[in-house]
Amino acid sequence: MDYKAFRQDIRAWLEANCPASMRTPAKQEEQVWGGRNIKFPSPDAKLWFERCVEKGYCVPDWPVEYGGAGFDTEQTRIFKSEMRKLGCRAPQVNLGIWMSGPAILEFGTEEQKREHLPKIARGEIRWCQGYSEPGAGSDLAGLQTRAVADGDDFIINGSKIWTSYADESDWIYCLVRTDPDAPKRDGITFLLFDMASAGVEAKPIELITGERHFCQTFFDNVRVPQKNALGVINQGWTVAKRVLEFERNMMSDLGSETGSNVEPREAALHYIGKDNNGAISDVILRDAIARHEIQKRAFDVTQQRMIDEFTNGAGNMNTALIFKYCGTEEEKRKFELLLKIMGEQGLGWRDHQHFTESELNTTIEWMGAKTHTIAGGTSEIQLNIIAKRALGLPGVLS
Amino acid sequence: MTLAFNEEQRTLKDTAREFARNQSPVESFRQLRGGAVTEGFSTDIWQSMIELGWTGMTFPEAYGGFDFGYMGLAGCMEELGHTLVASPLLSSVVLSGSAILFAGTEEQKQTLLPQIVSGEKRIALACDEGFHHQPTAISATAVKEGDTFLLNGSKARVIDGLSADLFIVAVRTTGNAGDTNGISLLLLDASTPGISIEKTSLVDSRNYARLTFNNVCIPASHLLGEMHNGFAALDKALDRGRICLAAEMFGGIQEIFDRTVQYLKERKQFGVLIGTFQALQHRAAHMYTEIEMCKSILMLALDAVEKDSGNAPQLISAAKAKISETYELVSNEATQMHGGIGVTDELDIGLFLKRARMSAELLGSARFHFSRYATLEGF
Ligand SMILES: Cc1cc2nc3c(=O)[nH]c(=O)nc-3n(C[C@H](O)[C@H](O)[C@H](O)COP(=O)(O)OP(=O)(O)OC[C@H]3O[C@@H](n4cnc5c(N)ncnc54)[C@H](O)[C@@H]3O)c2cc1C
Repeated sequence: MDYKAFRQDIRAWLEANCPASMRTPAKQEEQVWGGRNIKFPSPDAKLWFERCVEKGYCVPDWPVEYGGAGFDTEQTRIFKSEMRKLGCRAPQVNLGIWMSGPAILEFGTEEQKREHLPKIARGEIRWCQGYSEPGAGSDLAGLQTRAVADGDDFIINGSKIWTSYADESDWIYCLVRTDPDAPKRDGITFLLFDMASAGVEAKPIELITGERHFCQTFFDNVRVPQKNALGVINQGWTVAKRVLEFERNMMSDLGSETGSNVEPREAALHYIGKDNNGAISDVILRDAIARHEIQKRAFDVTQQRMIDEFTNGAGNMNTALIFKYCGTEEEKRKFELLLKIMGEQGLGWRDHQHFTESELNTTIEWMGAKTHTIAGGTSEIQLNIIAKRALGLPGVLS
Repeated sequence: MTLAFNEEQRTLKDTAREFARNQSPVESFRQLRGGAVTEGFSTDIWQSMIELGWTGMTFPEAYGGFDFGYMGLAGCMEELGHTLVASPLLSSVVLSGSAILFAGTEEQKQTLLPQIVSGEKRIALACDEGFHHQPTAISATAVKEGDTFLLNGSKARVIDGLSADLFIVAVRTTGNAGDTNGISLLLLDASTPGISIEKTSLVDSRNYARLTFNNVCIPASHLLGEMHNGFAALDKALDRGRICLAAEMFGGIQEIFDRTVQYLKERKQFGVLIGTFQALQHRAAHMYTEIEMCKSILMLALDAVEKDSGNAPQLISAAKAKISETYELVSNEATQMHGGIGVTDELDIGLFLKRARMSAELLGSARFHFSRYATLEGF
């Protein structure tokens, strides 16, 4: 494989096919979520999506027969880095791409792969994640939603909570208890089903940001074929853990997927100003900005170092355990810092007369960052995992 | 020096606690925040506060007050902070009232202070102009021509500036933005032609306005205090505001801390109360240590205010800085320790989180006060 030529081809294709308006950071409402009710914020977004779907670029590393581009690891890395360089938006966002799709690739039967993967790749089905329950958050394995066998089907009863976008999703991958007598991690099944099934109801819950992303999701005698289990019945915990790894990797991204991309350094020049030597005139903030930049650099190069170490045959998987924690915690600090830099302009609320879009978004993202150290496993649970897996400390719950 | 409330002050504080819990719980604030009420506070609750005498606490009897002092008022503010009660106590009584008390002529005091106490007039202080609190950075100009001042410029974050009857406007009459000299205070009737008053919506859903002055004519007799020499009174009034705001913030801190500790004793995961986890225990214990210190520094600053000590300004800065930082810490931890429910609008913690950031910026952030403290301490 001539990766150099590959890189050139990719760049040329992106330059020719990614519309200019798709080369700026996407705001929340500009993201294209796949699904039966797919919506496009602009004609360019539609064009970009369609061009990517045709090439399999929504899921570049998936095999061609399942709707991907069939790229190997290095090609995928090159593809992503070229996308980043040009600032190209993700053509489609979908929990199917990040989570259920990779899980189906790894654990699915051929029939499941053929049924689900192309629909994800083409943005036809949107997925949500039914893990947490009112009584089972950090202690996920304590989940109580029941699935009882009835002929070839399961009958599901119970409720999930914090299910992001359940009200807008088409399918759910859901953890259910199929053996209540087994030890808690051994009686769980990973089940895929249609949210349009009779007995499913999703009630939105408002976040502190004012958005209504997540829901409480109720199951009242929902009938699902047993063949919809992904992996072995009662051994869903293995699949569930793998999906959590996908989720945490995705969330480690320091908020750059949807970030307002306002950098503290630039913000300070605008909201604080410079002294006669050209330095940011508030010395306390200047130091804090430097601290943030150093942390961000260290974070970014850790990913690079890991890849280099693996390439050189001396990789350590434990390094990967730090990303979710470090990324989301630093994101939180970054937005606290931005608020201090911006003063009143960082505290506007739906006031389009006195605040710019970017200012209002920064405020929302400041609040949003609070959710990222909770969603996908809290920071405390991440530290527990590090204590247990990287350090081998005794008696850790995670 | 007394760093504890005396019996009278405690009784007053207990009354305030009962009042806040019963008459104006957080639920009342939720009803206000939609913006249905222009004032941003309940006029009924305000009327009750007036009847309770809270509007007169810091004024001498000669002006309709009863000289109860800032310890007393701050105790009330703290209790109001527990349930996020919005009211013009800070804007009208503390900031504007003390500016008039410190700078006004006998006649101005005789006229205006009783009106503040009775609630007949609501006055708002218009000082800040930029993104951050910086009371010397005043560019709005007032030029004296004969018997009138001609006012031009703008003001930001005027607390309770919507539907105020009167403004006290800090203006520049000479010198440049940043100079303490050359700042004067003017009394301005809200209905004077040439003023535009715009509502700004901020995260804590309270009443804030931006003012723009376009050739506004003000009679020369409306000068409050000395020409060019208004800064000392302004800063002293701001200090009274800062310490009362810090007291309110301290109430908010305790409220969400208590609720969080309670949650640690209720919520179970892994078959045990989450308060069993040392990772959370230590952080809660750490917050406790910070809160204890906040209380001390708040009382120290209040004591200095009561005695009008020379070092009151730096102690007030110390309290506002310490409490702003602690409110940030505790509001973040409270959110995190509640897990998923912590980031829902349904739980009250988020409302405190928003008020925490807003009140930290108002009348000077921690950074502003660190720097002011250092300057006042001479290093
Ligand atoms: C924005 C958002 C989106 C989400 N989307 C989804 C979704 O799509 N699907 C889904 O299934 N779930 C989703 N979640 C749920 C998320 O996974 C849970 O909120 C999270 O796992 C925490 O569980 P909990 O809320 O029950 O908190 P709890 O587990 O009750 O935690 C409360 C506090 O206790 C701490 N704690 C718990 N156990 C320990 C321990 N052993 N040691 C130290 N501290 C501990 C926690 O860290 C936290 O601070 C989402 C959450 C958020 C905020």
